[in-house]
Amino acid sequence: MSANVDAAWAALEDLADPEIPVISLRELGILRDVRVGADGLEVVITPTYSGCPAMSQIEDDVRSTLLAKGISARVVTQLAPAWTTDWMSEAGKAKLHAYGIAPPHQTPAGSNVVRFISKPAKVETVPCPHCGSAHTVESSHFGSTACKALYKCLDCQEPFDYFKPY
Amino acid sequence: MSAAIDYLLHLADNALVLGQRNAEWCGHGPILEEDIALSNVSLDLIGQARMLYQLVATLKGGDATEDKLAYFRDTGEFRNYTLLELPHHGPLSGYAHSSLDYGTTIVRNFLYSALMALLWEALAKSNNTDLAAIAAKSLKEVRYHLRHSRDWLVRLGDGTDESHVRVQASLDHLMPYTQEFWAHSPAEAAAVKDGIAVDLNTLKADWDAIVDAALEEATLQRPKAGGYVPEGKNGVHSEHLGFLLAEMQSLARAHPNGVW
Repeated sequence: MSANVDAAWAALEDLADPEIPVISLRELGILRDVRVGADGLEVVITPTYSGCPAMSQIEDDVRSTLLAKGISARVVTQLAPAWTTDWMSEAGKAKLHAYGIAPPHQTPAGSNVVRFISKPAKVETVPCPHCGSAHTVESSHFGSTACKALYKCLDCQEPFDYFKPY
Repeated sequence: MSAAIDYLLHLADNALVLGQRNAEWCGHGPILEEDIALSNVSLDLIGQARMLYQLVATLKGGDATEDKLAYFRDTGEFRNYTLLELPHHGPLSGYAHSSLDYGTTIVRNFLYSALMALLWEALAKSNNTDLAAIAAKSLKEVRYHLRHSRDWLVRLGDGTDESHVRVQASLDHLMPYTQEFWAHSPAEAAAVKDGIAVDLNTLKADWDAIVDAALEEATLQRPKAGGYVPEGKNGVHSEHLGFLLAEMQSLARAHPNGVW
C-alpha cells in the first residue's frame, strides 16, 4: 500500500491547477495528503475560496490522473485547517510571477478584525510582475477569479492580477 | 442536535439569500469592476451556504441533501434575516422591481459583512468543530467583503451631493432592519446554550464601533434604528422573499433530482 502512496504522489506531482495552469496543485497547497484510509487510498485536498468553481474540476482531475496510472483513490475534501496562501511554495510563487501574476504577500500575523477594519493595515506595495516597478495601484479588490485582485502598473501601464493573501 | 440544525440553517439561508440577491448585479453592474466584484462576493456567499447545507444534510441524515435544503423549502421555512431578502431598490426609487440602486446594495453588504466579520471570528471557536472550520474559512472571505463595501460606502457618502443623499437614504431605509441582529430567537438561544453559537449581543459594541467609524469617514448620519423589528430568522418574512425563491428554485423544481 505504501508503494501506492508514493506512486500517487509521483503521479500528482505536476498536476496543474485548472485555472492557473502554470502552477501545480501541490505548489498551491491544495493537495494536502495522500494516505491509506479504511477503504483504500485517499487523496486529501482543501478548498481555496468557499465558492471556487474549480474545486469539482480539481477533484475530477486528481481522480483521472491517478486512474491513468492504474491507481484508484477516493478524494477527500478537508476544511480545517483552512487553506492559506502562506502554504504556497516559493517555487510556485516564482512561477506565478513569471506568468504575469503578482504572488501573494504573507498574510498579516494576528487578525483582530476590529483593528483590521477601523485602521486598515499599511497597504503593501505589489510590484508589477512585468516591469518590476513598485509604482502600482489597485483597480479592484476582485479580479478574474475569487483569489485575485486587479492591479495596474503606473509605469509600464500594464494591468495585472495580484494573488490576494488569504 | 435540532438546535444545531436550526442555527446552521439560519447561517446558511443568510448566505444563500444574500448571494442570490447580489448575483442579480451580474451583467448589470455600474462598472465592469463592480460587476465582477459583486459576482465574486456572491460566489463566496453561495460557497459558504453550500458548506453549511452539506453539514445540515449530514446531521439530518436520511435523504437530506444540500440541494433539497436550498431548492425545496418554502418561504416560511427559510431562516435568513429580512434585511438580506430586500430588493436592491432604495427608498428613493419607489417599488419598481427593476430599479437597482447600488448604494442600497453597498449599505446592506456593509451592515451584514460587519456583523459576519465578528461572528465568523467568534464561531471559529464553536464547540461544533465542523462549524468552526467553516467559520475560519468564511472569516477570510468576509474581510474582503467588508473592505469592499466599506470603501464604497465612504466613496458614495463622501462623494457627490447626489451620491451622498442617495446613500444616506439607503442607510435610513436599511438600518432599522438591523434590529433583528440583536433580537431574541429561540433557535439562536438554544444554540448558544449548547455552545454551538455565540450570543450576538456580546458583539454589538464591536459592530457599533465598525459602523460608526465608517459612517464618520463617509460623512453619513447614523439613523436611529426603531420601529418594527423584523423576524426573518424566525421564519416571518417580507413579501420579497417569495419572489426571490421563485426565481432561484424554479429550475430545480422543474427538473427534480436533476444532476449535471
